[in-house]
Amino acid sequence: MAVEIDPIHQFQIFNIVDLGAPGGVHLGFTNSAAFMVGIVAAIFFFLTYATRGRTLVPGRLQSMAELSYEFVASTVRSTAGNEGMKFFPLVFSLFMFVLFANFVGMIPYSFTVTSHIVVTAALALVVIGTVIIYGFARHGTHFLHLFVPSGVPAFLLPFMVVIELISFLSRPISLSLRLFANMLAGHIAMKVFAGFIVMMTAGGVAGFFGAVLPLAMVVALTALEFLVAALQAYVFAVLTCIYLNDALHPGH
Amino acid sequence: MSETHGPAGTFILAQSSPTPEAPAPGTGTHSGVEIGVPPAEAHGSGFPPFDATTFPSQLIWLAITFVALYLLMSRIALPRIATILEERHDRIADDLEEAGKLKSESETAAKAYEQALTGARGKATAIASETREKLSGEAETGRKALEAELAAKLADAEAKIAATKTSAMANVRGIAVDAAGAIVNQLTGAEPAPQAVEAAVDKAIGS
Repeated sequence: MAVEIDPIHQFQIFNIVDLGAPGGVHLGFTNSAAFMVGIVAAIFFFLTYATRGRTLVPGRLQSMAELSYEFVASTVRSTAGNEGMKFFPLVFSLFMFVLFANFVGMIPYSFTVTSHIVVTAALALVVIGTVIIYGFARHGTHFLHLFVPSGVPAFLLPFMVVIELISFLSRPISLSLRLFANMLAGHIAMKVFAGFIVMMTAGGVAGFFGAVLPLAMVVALTALEFLVAALQAYVFAVLTCIYLNDALHPGH
Repeated sequence: MSETHGPAGTFILAQSSPTPEAPAPGTGTHSGVEIGVPPAEAHGSGFPPFDATTFPSQLIWLAITFVALYLLMSRIALPRIATILEERHDRIADDLEEAGKLKSESETAAKAYEQALTGARGKATAIASETREKLSGEAETGRKALEAELAAKLADAEAKIAATKTSAMANVRGIAVDAAGAIVNQLTGAEPAPQAVEAAVDKAIGS
């Protein structure tokens, strides 16, 4: 009897509906796509269902919807100022998408959309793309002052520009990798420890009782993963706000 | 971990192969737990997140769903919540303003009430004393009038009594004269002269 536990299997993507290869690119409605659709539907349903009564004194669900709104709104306002509120729908969408994706991923047997780097990278590029496009549209070449810190001696300036440039370019990478690696590593760790339980319980009485240790570990890791799921969504939103703030006020 | 595995043998953390009889690496050759890296053919080109063949599908659906999410949020969900929050904010501000207005109103009303109360109390005292004076005055005049009336009635009655007495005395003399005349007539059989009878009666009454 071989217990086969594959901690990587949970990240596998398969086609539910194969859409063929129009233009030579293979496309399909995958399990990932199904979860994305489900996440969007869940967010929309949650927010509209919770506010269906539009009551003056909010109920439990409406409080949650209002809380998420005010939480993101205050984050945007405190990091990017009142001007940043024009990006509020974007930041809110990113936050809710990442949050719901992370939490949905915590459901056993489900798929974690944000555990794929192409998804997190695409979200990060949306942020950086918005920053660059809005920055140039709003400030023109003045946006480039972002890379030229003021009050720096002339001989240091070339180095500073290079450093600023590298730091700017590394933003989308760090933004996408942070979320991707957190979700990937957390889910692998949980799966590995859960695998230990299965293996040890199959290994006799000593193993059966010894399995308490990895079980405790899995419980702790699950709690940690819930924290990480919320935290990473928040970090993603906050960093988005900080980067958007650069687009709004590039002069430091 | 090696001390925990039992007689069942080797446990392989490897790719989930649909056929259990497929030979897995490590089976039978050495005991121990292997958390194996799955062979490349099991997941296309290895580690799923780096499998570039799935990228186009993921990107397309991410674009579709995220744009849909953005539109749903910015057009429907967020304005709705914003309206609710704004309405509540306005309502609270209105209520506070209303409460302040009502409070000042009630304060002025209380002051006016206090004033009215003091005025009314003074007025009531004045009315009471006035009424008392008026009533006692009326009672006095009533008493005097009554006394005068009673005195008049008394005098009247006294006068009447005196008149009755004199008329009664006159009648007594007439009756005495008639009686004396009749007595004389019976005794003597002769009619006495009225003047002599009257003189004799007057002499008798006068004595």
